[in-house]
Amino acid sequence: MTAEIIFFYAFAVLALASALAMVTFLRNVVAGVMSLVVTMVSLSGIFVLLGAEFVGVIQIMVYAGAIMVLLLFVVMLLNLESDDFGPPRSLRGVSKLVGVLAAIAVAASLGVALSGGLPAPAAVPDGFGGTRAMGRALFSEFVMPVETAGLLLLAAIVGAVILAKKRID
Amino acid sequence: MIPYDHVLGLSVLLFTIGVIGALTRRNLIVILMCLELMLNAVNLAFVGFNRMWAGSVSGPETPVALDGQVFALMVITVAASEVAVGLAILISLVRNRDSINVEDASLLRW
Repeated sequence: MTAEIIFFYAFAVLALASALAMVTFLRNVVAGVMSLVVTMVSLSGIFVLLGAEFVGVIQIMVYAGAIMVLLLFVVMLLNLESDDFGPPRSLRGVSKLVGVLAAIAVAASLGVALSGGLPAPAAVPDGFGGTRAMGRALFSEFVMPVETAGLLLLAAIVGAVILAKKRID
Repeated sequence: MIPYDHVLGLSVLLFTIGVIGALTRRNLIVILMCLELMLNAVNLAFVGFNRMWAGSVSGPETPVALDGQVFALMVITVAASEVAVGLAILISLVRNRDSINVEDASLLRW
């Protein structure tokens, strides 16, 4: 068992445990946000193990940095420490849907695992998923999506400002 | 070598946890965080599939296909704008209803 596999399982267990804690146990919103940060950082470690170094760094900078700070900022701004809404909604209708989803997922992954597994990946050259390779891909093949993403971010900023400002009339 | 079916299994489990949270919790902030969790699970699947087939597929411009990682970056962009707009909606909900319980925002429900 190589170090790569040990790290992968460690990160996977960490991500699953903190995601479960956020969804099921934690009634304190700040603790929930912190737990989600742990999930994001462990997923970033898995990205690096899968050869996507650039995406891993962006994951830490954007998710664990910007998005989580934004969430924490809003939690502090609105002074919402605890979530005392009583027990979660009744699970009768929901549990059927989730049960079906989980059953399909388990069946699919069992099917893949039992049918001889996935093909072994071919070797990739040095620098795969690094800044140079990603920059080449983003500014040659994928220029159009990058520009569209910029437009989307502009629209989101304007929309957020308009939605959150006080009504002046 | 990382077992790739376990990468996909982790992605499926994280997505299911996110779905359960988004459907059962009533706190709007927690629902937004569950959406982030689901988007991250999808990103994990994208990156895993990209590594699985990167060596065997290559485009004209790049010697090795990086499509999955570019998709993951686009999903991160969409998630960032989604969280900005979602938190703006949350702030205006608190201004108008003085609550972040989603069951208090039922004006359009029939």
